[in-house]
Amino acid sequence: MKQTVFTVTENRTIARNTCLMTLRGDTAAITSPGQFVNLRLEGRYLRRPISVCDLNGDCLTLIYKVVGGGTAQMRELKPGCSLDLLTGLGNGYDLSKSTDSPLLVGGGVGVPPLYLLSKSLAAAGRKVKAILGFNTRDEVFFEEEFSQICTEVVIATADGSYGKRGFVTDVMKEMTYGYFYTCGPEPMLKAIDKIAVTSGQFSFEERMGCGFGACMGCSCMTKYGSKRICRDGPVLTREEIIW
Amino acid sequence: MVNTSVTLCGIRLDNPIIPASGTFGFGYEFAELYDINLLGSLSIKGTTKEPRFGNPTPRIAECPSGMINSVGLQNPGAEAVLKEELPRLKRCFSKPIMANVSGFSTEEYVTTVERLDTEAQIGWFEINISCPNVHGGGMSFGTSSSAASSVVSAVRRATAKPLIIKLSPNVTDITEIAKACEAAGADGISLINTLLGMRIDLRRKKPVVANRMGGLSGPAVFPVALRMVWQVYEAVRLPIVGMGGVCSAEDVIEMMLAGATAVEVGAANLVDPFACRDIVRKLPEVMAQYGIQNLSDITGGAH
Repeated sequence: MKQTVFTVTENRTIARNTCLMTLRGDTAAITSPGQFVNLRLEGRYLRRPISVCDLNGDCLTLIYKVVGGGTAQMRELKPGCSLDLLTGLGNGYDLSKSTDSPLLVGGGVGVPPLYLLSKSLAAAGRKVKAILGFNTRDEVFFEEEFSQICTEVVIATADGSYGKRGFVTDVMKEMTYGYFYTCGPEPMLKAIDKIAVTSGQFSFEERMGCGFGACMGCSCMTKYGSKRICRDGPVLTREEIIW
Repeated sequence: MVNTSVTLCGIRLDNPIIPASGTFGFGYEFAELYDINLLGSLSIKGTTKEPRFGNPTPRIAECPSGMINSVGLQNPGAEAVLKEELPRLKRCFSKPIMANVSGFSTEEYVTTVERLDTEAQIGWFEINISCPNVHGGGMSFGTSSSAASSVVSAVRRATAKPLIIKLSPNVTDITEIAKACEAAGADGISLINTLLGMRIDLRRKKPVVANRMGGLSGPAVFPVALRMVWQVYEAVRLPIVGMGGVCSAEDVIEMMLAGATAVEVGAANLVDPFACRDIVRKLPEVMAQYGIQNLSDITGGAH
């Protein structure tokens, strides 16, 4: 973990209530896809944990959904603004467990961390497939970006307004894969666990106090004892999760 | 050169800054960030006789200038603290520590203190009496003078180390509880624990934290904490460890002027992991600014 001041270089809306922010700063503490940063906002007491979407040298990309006052405030930040970030938080995905044909399954704001993961897996010579699920057409983002890296990308929308109609699990049932990585709302994660045919890794979300393991605010019980989502997670393996 | 050292129950601290229990784990997460030996001491995660997972999540809610937590005393239990956590802490911290102990019956407090008492690095016990008493209808030990008194006298017999009793602010008159603790053999008082509060999520129309209510901490509670430190200073002769929303060297001095001998820093560690280090570094400069030569001279100075 590192505390660093980053400079916002870009901040724009890319889909309904979904924004992409790029920042420049010391990214050395970020060591694996699936980790997150915890950013401080003027006038907000707690930091906001946001997963790392992409990383290029000192350039960090975050995608966040505007859901409350804090993220609405983030949307107003202009290029040139400084942001105090704790970086390199969480365990991130374990790439070494992947087979040659991993499947990435993302739901809504759970899609962003899978982007850096897809790049890392592809760089390691894996043939990556992705299913990206959204509620509706206006919320879809990063289809093109994933398509440039993955051998197959399927978009699913719950209302059928774009791509395949239905949930990511409807698509997943039809696909072949050797391992899977997922991130998204908990009901989606649960549904994936019910139908998945291989081992895999799940990234969880929880309200956090500190984001670095000090307050025990985000603990969950696993088959191997209590774990802190922020420090021992957010990625847990299928084998250890108690649903 | 100003002198930041203070003496708490006969033990000298290089400075009065002590990370508060539950906001600093067992120290080693922070030792990855800076040399924690610059701290005066540290108060370990509240320890109970048996391991506890704590309350269901969500356990955290944001508030204006503060936060609510309902962690529920998650800890690995006295045995694991003694055999795993404290040996690990010892590798990164060499000063006397404050062992924060919780319990749900008098017997539990006594057993935990007896078990931890063998650890030489423990300088003080900090007894958290804000827990519900399972034999007393769930009422917190800290909200009744007689319950507080019975815990303190029982624990008093279990250790010769200094006993600091951590008081709950959720009472009508905190000085009554402080006086009961003093009469029962306490060596010091620490205050305040968190203030009971809650938030409701407008989208779900339900409380944010799963336990519905939780403890409010952060700068929002500082004036309340300061007032209670002031009152307790006037009510008892025991040294006081002041806490509640402290986040700057100025806050530390204010707490000490109200009556604190040492000062704990809690929630600030969670939003700024370097908070304690920065306060320790800034303290001499702020002392000089206000013409304070010896920090230990100012305790209760505003009375």
